[in-house]
Parts: sequence; C-alpha cells; structure tokens
Amino acid sequence: MSTSETTITPTTVVDSRGTMCPGPITDLFKAYRHSNIGDVIELLATDPAAKSDTQAWAKRSGNEIVKMIDEKDHVRIQIRILKKGH
Amino acid sequence: MQTLQEKSKIELKRNKLVIVCSKGSLDMAYPPLMLATTAAAMGMEVHLYFTFWGMNMIAKKTIDSLKISPVGNPALPLPNILGMLPGMTGMVTSMMKKKMQKMKMPTIKDMIATAKESGVQFHACSPSMDMMASRKKT
Repeated sequence: MSTSETTITPTTVVDSRGTMCPGPITDLFKAYRHSNIGDVIELLATDPAAKSDTQAWAKRSGNEIVKMIDEKDHVRIQIRILKKGH
Repeated sequence: MQTLQEKSKIELKRNKLVIVCSKGSLDMAYPPLMLATTAAAMGMEVHLYFTFWGMNMIAKKTIDSLKISPVGNPALPLPNILGMLPGMTGMVTSMMKKKMQKMKMPTIKDMIATAKESGVQFHACSPSMDMMASRKKT
C-alpha cells in the first residue's frame, strides 16, 4: 500500500482490473445494487477512464468518493454509499 | 395493472434512453450494448429495441456467429474489391475476434447478460421476428 494515511476498510472490494470501458462502472453498479447505506465499496481498475467515470457516476447517483489512490498499475477508488436509488 | 401512461407519469423524472439496433454485424452490436449498460448504471431507464438484422444480436441461433463485413467499410486496411473475395468476411471476423480476446473484451452474450443484470429492457420487433423467422427465446 502506497499511502500511510488512515485508510477506511471497505465493506466490499470490487476487482475490475483488466476490464475496459464500461467494465469498471458496471462492476461498481453491480456491487452498489447489493450494498447498504453507509457501506464503502472499493473499486480496483486499470481502465484510465475509471476515475472520471466513477466521479460522474457518484455525482449522478448521489454517493461520495472517499478516496482515489493511484497505485503502480491500477487505481483504487473508495466510494461511500449514501443513497440507494434504482 | 398500471397502464403505460400512468407509469410514465410516475417515472417522468427519470431520464430515459431508447436505442434502436437494426444491424446484425459484430461491430454494430457492441456500441448499443455498451451505451445501454453504462446508461443503466448511471441511473437511466434504458430500452433496447431490436429490429431487422438487429434481431440477430439476440437470437440464439445467430448470437455467436455475428460477423464483420469487409465490404463497405472504409476503415479497414483492405481494398473493398478484395473484401468481395469469398471467405474474406470470415477472415476479417476471426482476426477481429482474436484481437478482442487479447484485449479481454466481453462477448456479445456476456454484454447482454450484464445489460440485463443492470436493468436494461429488451424489446424485439414482432414483424422483424416473423420476417427473420425466429422463435421466441428466453
């Protein structure tokens, strides 16, 4: 782990490494459907668009991005579920 | 039972997307499925409408044998006249499929499964169904 800050332990980890657009978002969405309010989902992705996609998704669905951490070959995005819609 | 009109009044606020799929070639099959799945993940209500050769995308018989045509496709690094040779369609398709496998692209079947899971609604055009002589599938 590259960051030394206090990290939140995610409720679920979604490993979407190696998938391409729209892989990360659909995987995240699947996890989101099974999640509860207050859960933290951690998304691992190698797709370069994952960052902006997740940001847009969080904005639209009313959830919060806790952290985005760049690892060597992938990105770790933690999302806190604040709202459950569809 | 709710009529469609009543339903639309309730769901008026939710953004909607309808995509018409009318082509049955492999390269025409991916974009609508990708758009639909992403839009559904973004909270939109998505409908896919299949008509004409788009039926091939969801028909059991043809779903695994979608092809890419080298004719009339100026983006391929191949003169159109060569594309007319017999066997070219198969060759281009298998080349493309190999590339996709390398990139770990999901197959059309997988894409449809994910789309359904995400709540995308599928509609098939019934005259097309009769025309293409396909039976109802799951």
